[in-house]
Amino acid sequence: MNKYIIKIDNVWKTYTMGEVQVHALRGLNLEIKHGEFLAIKGPSGSGKSTAMNMIGALDVPTKGSVYLEGKDISKFRESNLAQLRGKKIGFIFQQFNLINTLSAIENVMLPMVFLGMPVGERQRRAKKLLSMVGLDKRYGHRPTELSGGQQQRVAISRALAVNPDVILADEPTGNLDSKTGSTVMDFLKKLNRKENKTIIMVTHDDELAKHADRIENIIDGKIIKGGKK
Amino acid sequence: MLIDFVKISLNSLRYRKLRSWLTMLGIFIGIAAVVSLIGMGEGLRVAISGQFGFLGPDIFSVQASGLNLAGPPGSNTVNPLADDLYKKIEGLNGVEASFNRHIESGTLEYNDIQSIGMALSVPSGENRKAVETMLNLEVESGRLLKDGDNKRIILGNGFKDDKIFGKGVSSGDRVLLSGETYTVIGILEKKGSFIFDQSVIINEETLLDQFGDDGTTDLIAVKVKDVKNIEKVMEDVEKILRKERDVDLGEEDFVVASPQQAIESLNSTLFAVQLFVYIIASISLIVGGIGIMNTMYTAVIERTKEIGIMKAIGARNSTIFTLFFIESGFLGFVGGLIGILLGLGIANGMSFIGRQALGSELIQASISAELLIGSMLFSFILGTFFGVMPAIQAAKMHPVDALRSK
Ligand SMILES: Nc1ncnc2c1ncn2[C@@H]1O[C@H](COP(=O)(O)OP(=O)(O)OP(=O)(O)O)[C@@H](O)[C@H]1O
Ligand SMILES: [Mg+2]
Repeated sequence: MNKYIIKIDNVWKTYTMGEVQVHALRGLNLEIKHGEFLAIKGPSGSGKSTAMNMIGALDVPTKGSVYLEGKDISKFRESNLAQLRGKKIGFIFQQFNLINTLSAIENVMLPMVFLGMPVGERQRRAKKLLSMVGLDKRYGHRPTELSGGQQQRVAISRALAVNPDVILADEPTGNLDSKTGSTVMDFLKKLNRKENKTIIMVTHDDELAKHADRIENIIDGKIIKGGKK
Repeated sequence: MLIDFVKISLNSLRYRKLRSWLTMLGIFIGIAAVVSLIGMGEGLRVAISGQFGFLGPDIFSVQASGLNLAGPPGSNTVNPLADDLYKKIEGLNGVEASFNRHIESGTLEYNDIQSIGMALSVPSGENRKAVETMLNLEVESGRLLKDGDNKRIILGNGFKDDKIFGKGVSSGDRVLLSGETYTVIGILEKKGSFIFDQSVIINEETLLDQFGDDGTTDLIAVKVKDVKNIEKVMEDVEKILRKERDVDLGEEDFVVASPQQAIESLNSTLFAVQLFVYIIASISLIVGGIGIMNTMYTAVIERTKEIGIMKAIGARNSTIFTLFFIESGFLGFVGGLIGILLGLGIANGMSFIGRQALGSELIQASISAELLIGSMLFSFILGTFFGVMPAIQAAKMHPVDALRSK
């Protein structure tokens, strides 16, 4: 088995807007072990989200390779990437990104629908995940009927729906007050410690970053050395 | 899986109720127009065919044409048919019987209430039986007329009803026909034809006695021996009349027509009307379809973020396509369903009003299963057809770009 669940090898991402070329990533290198909790820090516009998109198979690099479980996915077609995301990756976003027309439990079940899981199993699993984050009284609520913290907990349940190996969290507490933010952090830590999930989290907050096993700094689309071990 | 997609799509439509309804409006107006107008036209066709239907296919009529200011067909023309013409026609090859028919309009009075009636003559002697079978005359009560039945008449089934005189007429009652007293000796069976159900059957001599004999007839009825030869016999009759009345081909002042022909010409008129309805409805449906497309494009733009989220959690392009495709198909389908219900309502409502106004049971909307299924299918296909492009646009969105949108 591979030592690294994710390996980013000299990845460039260039956006062309008319005459101007924006290099969001300039030769990014990153290796993440199975079961590791990694925090990524860096100033705004440094390429953190772009890097997350590469790791999460949402996008492919302009140059370089991305290995997921030893497989180079940098040349994959969209339909294969979608399948990969659906099975292996769980996303948690700063803006929660729930579907407003669906209830909490339906939101959690959605990745399982896309994976073609039978309805009974879907419901059982979604209920279990929602009660795990303390939302067993909120199954039928729409996102607009939930607080920010509750929405983010639904999003965590959704990220865990298909039991993926990797959880990507792009500023998961950015829209929450510090108290709610720390409960969300506790969930992430628990997932890492108890369920051995690989977690990659983008954050601005030094305090939050301290919960991670390792911190990497991105500046101008590259990793700057000097994280804690 | 598909059922889950349907649920998700319906959720989205329900979430934007007002817009969904407004979009469907375009479809259901078009479908309602098709169903109601075609249904009523078809009903009308059946009804009018029924009016002629009591005449057999082996019968045709000859009438003078030209100026007909008022009154029943064939009367009041400039140059009426001579009353001895029928004998010449009877002499033709292939003709089984030919006889004069007099039609007079007059007033009918009963229970101190007057009504307009149409008196149809029945000839005496051998031809009586022929007319009776030709018109399929049968009484519901009382009896048919016999030779020498002076001052006696038979009434159509419609007069039995209270509507006309405030009180139904039955056999044995006395009524006034244009001022003279007659005894009703029979009531005809119901024909379903309002011309017939409100007519007065009277012996030819009696009618000529009262309304005067000017040596002309309103109509000559001709029965052929073999239906297959009817065209040929009609041509022969036309020849005789042209010679008799001294007119050239193409300048006839008379009409030789079979009920069958009348029905055919009616059918072609109604077909033209229905075609027109189809064209108008098609335009309205295409506009409705473009409405669906517009709504779906708006939905795609508006839900760009949602598309991004779904892709991030594993939705493939085909998944996104299916979700939007179902939505537009559903808009078409439900629009069509409501349109059909609305159309059925309008058609039946209109024919109900028609029945009340004319006091006739004749006007019935006739809506076939084919029309209903066809409309249903068409509106569904319309929805999906106009939904394809927006659904493709949604499916092709790049997940990162979609996620970045507001
Ligand atoms: N789709 C795009 N088109 C053009 N430029 C882009 C696009 N996506 C990102 N960029 C540019 O790439 C750079 C890196 O963006 P990215 O979103 O990765 O930054 P970030 O580190 O996540 O910043 P923040 O902390 O503000 O979220 C920025 O300069 C941004 O403007
Ligand atoms: Mg970012």
